[in-house]
Amino acid sequence: MTGAPPGPGAGSGAGGSVVARIARFFLSGNVVIVTFLAFVSALFIGAIIIVVASPDAVAAWGRFGHAPGAAFAQSWHVIATAYSALFIGSIGSPRGIVDAIASGSGQRLSNAFYPLSETLVATTPLMMSGLGIALAFRAGLFDIGGQGQLILGALGATLAGFLVPGLPIYLHLPLAILFGAAFGAAWGFIPGILKARTGAHEVITSMMLNYVALNLLTFLLTTALFQAPPRYQPVSKSVAATARLPHLAGPSLRVNLGIILAVACMVGVAWLLQRSTLGFKFRMLGANREAARVAGVNISLQYVLAMTLAGAIVGLAGTFMVLGVDYKVAAGYGGTIGFDGITVAILGQGNPYGVGLSALLFGAFAAGGRTMQLDANIPLQLVQVLQAVLVLFVAAPGVIRTIFRIRVRGAGRVFGGWSG
Amino acid sequence: MSDAERTSSGKRELRKDLASIRRRGLAIALLVLAAIDLLVFARTTSSASMTVFELSAPPAIPVPPIHIPVLATLLAIGIACVLLAVLQVLWKGNQRTYLLLGIGLALSGIAFLAWAGQGERVDVEGLLTTSLIEAVPLTLGALSGLLCERSGVINIAIEGQFLIAAFVGALVGSATGNLWIGLLCGALAGGVVGLILAVFTITYRADQIIVGVVIDAFALGLTTFFLLSLLVPKQMTLNSPAVFGPIPIPLLDRIPIIGPLIFDQNIMVYLTIIILVLVQVTLFQTRWGLRVRAVGEHPRAAETVGIKVLRVRYRNVILGGIVAGIGGASFTIGSTGQFAHNMTAGLGYIALAAMIFGRWRPLGALGAAILFGFFDALQFTLSALNAPIPSNFLSMFPYLATILAVAGLVGRVVPPAADGQPYARE
Repeated sequence: MTGAPPGPGAGSGAGGSVVARIARFFLSGNVVIVTFLAFVSALFIGAIIIVVASPDAVAAWGRFGHAPGAAFAQSWHVIATAYSALFIGSIGSPRGIVDAIASGSGQRLSNAFYPLSETLVATTPLMMSGLGIALAFRAGLFDIGGQGQLILGALGATLAGFLVPGLPIYLHLPLAILFGAAFGAAWGFIPGILKARTGAHEVITSMMLNYVALNLLTFLLTTALFQAPPRYQPVSKSVAATARLPHLAGPSLRVNLGIILAVACMVGVAWLLQRSTLGFKFRMLGANREAARVAGVNISLQYVLAMTLAGAIVGLAGTFMVLGVDYKVAAGYGGTIGFDGITVAILGQGNPYGVGLSALLFGAFAAGGRTMQLDANIPLQLVQVLQAVLVLFVAAPGVIRTIFRIRVRGAGRVFGGWSG
Repeated sequence: MSDAERTSSGKRELRKDLASIRRRGLAIALLVLAAIDLLVFARTTSSASMTVFELSAPPAIPVPPIHIPVLATLLAIGIACVLLAVLQVLWKGNQRTYLLLGIGLALSGIAFLAWAGQGERVDVEGLLTTSLIEAVPLTLGALSGLLCERSGVINIAIEGQFLIAAFVGALVGSATGNLWIGLLCGALAGGVVGLILAVFTITYRADQIIVGVVIDAFALGLTTFFLLSLLVPKQMTLNSPAVFGPIPIPLLDRIPIIGPLIFDQNIMVYLTIIILVLVQVTLFQTRWGLRVRAVGEHPRAAETVGIKVLRVRYRNVILGGIVAGIGGASFTIGSTGQFAHNMTAGLGYIALAAMIFGRWRPLGALGAAILFGFFDALQFTLSALNAPIPSNFLSMFPYLATILAVAGLVGRVVPPAADGQPYARE
């Protein structure tokens, strides 16, 4: 688990052999390497946790004095079972996929691609919430209110989905998406305007709004407008068929148009940040607030715009969940996805394409975690631990530098205190 | 540092603006209370209805229940709130911004209870006791945040410290059969989480808010994982600790109303009071506290006079973790006696809100925690009374109050100047 010690070739000048250049690449500690090493470390810590939680492995370690080999063998067995279930649950069994393609049977193809479909289904909302939060990051704002914005987005989409039945799909679906974005935007607007007008820190206000949204959702699910008849359970009415996102690969796989829209949003956010005037102002604000002010950027306006836009994008996460997968909302809808968006955004270092990849990884974790729970009897929450450790190390590259003894350029991003 | 000087004049102007907004905001808040009282409650009350307030609990000398004429009480309290609003505007030298609003809130609470409990008996003593018990983890969490933030480190990991300490407290308390060892280990577990926060944010200078958020996610995942894989299969031996019983304090527990409330509680309540007093006194009366505050306000200056900034921060963050750990242990071995999935349910964040609402002061944090605890307890009382108020709106109160507070609309909240900024020696 130790990194390669700095070899004699590592520090030598710009030229050198291919080996020396590769060694330099690995030892220079760029983002890719740090993320990879953080991933390895997370898997290692996860492995320790798996062993601790396995009674058989713990018992084997208890007999370490008599049979040291058995302890390692037993530990390896539980770790390998867990991680291979995680892999097969997220990507599928490679041989199964090849066989299914060879056979050409629709049923077998569906079965073989089921894990990938589930990974993409889980990726969609993670990507959207990650993108929204990353956009706020780039403007120097920490939007911790993803959960609330996601709930509002889901509520908006559900409302539009069941309120106006009978519309054609080309009108109804865009309308529902628009509603979801607008509701999320409204929830993002509040911390933005409060920050612009009174200086209230967006971390506190957006966090508090999460809980307001949760309670609002629970309340609305008791009202005649939202609650599904016969009104026994806290579940909303279902969205009409005309407002649902179409499936991409047949009715037996849940993967739907949402993932394509999410990828389009990723490209859109990347364009906005890199190519548009608005994105340039956001980045100025994030890089140096005082410089932006001196350069004539209307800081208050940008705060409001950035938070509103972030809220809209995170709201779309809830929208795509409702319109693509669940078709209705229940109490506590969205779970921790709005929160996971923060970790996705950090792992992606605020770069839209990085966010997309991180969301794919976490989506694979989520899909694989369910298989791991069923097949290897390892609780799903292991992936939450893996994600947290991974992001913790990415947020503090210095820790990775110390563990693996490599040089790392630049420290983690810093957002300043409550008053900042 | 020069950056701070440049923006300080702008901030001062903003602060002056906020002062007038605040005075107006407080008066408006009082008027809103009066309006709700008179226009909503009083209009839906018939002149004959009565409410009975029960104020007795076993060990105390019994107090006869109070019979309250609802309409007269509502009118009197409504008028009192209007007068308080007028006073708020006229009393220019009023430094204690929260005093009048606090009186108004307390009166409105009485009005609300009288209105909601028409024709029934309201167990006021039970309501207050539940509020106090709810306030225990909130106060400890807020004190934890306060210890960290006064030294300049934002602690969003309170929720995670709660969860891990609650888990460890239940596990150790159950496995050893000794609650004191459980409490100790819970506190230490909170301290270890504090140490992790300290290493990442102080030594490696990672962003404090990010690390805190991620630690919370980590704690939720880890405790649920071990709950399902270790505790659930062996529920009887590993997750069924006893619970600290009440320790009545002789004679004092006989005092009517406050006797059972304060002097017949379990060790958690007494510990909270002791820690609260300790933090209040050490932070504001001792050299240690002065150094902590110096580090939180202006670390560079503190360093110049020979204070070891990083050491002070480490110590405070770990101490804060221990305090939050005690609060976390109270969830399991202090009340329910069993660890459950995500059992803190965001109370760590409410504790953070209580700290902010209490303006980074121990007594303020206590007041906020009791207020938030009261609103939580009110839901139980109301569901017992079948009152026509959706409990979700009561649950929103702490969060909305905190938003209004940080927005400067009711009261001023100013964090320590160096809060959240990593410190590097030059």
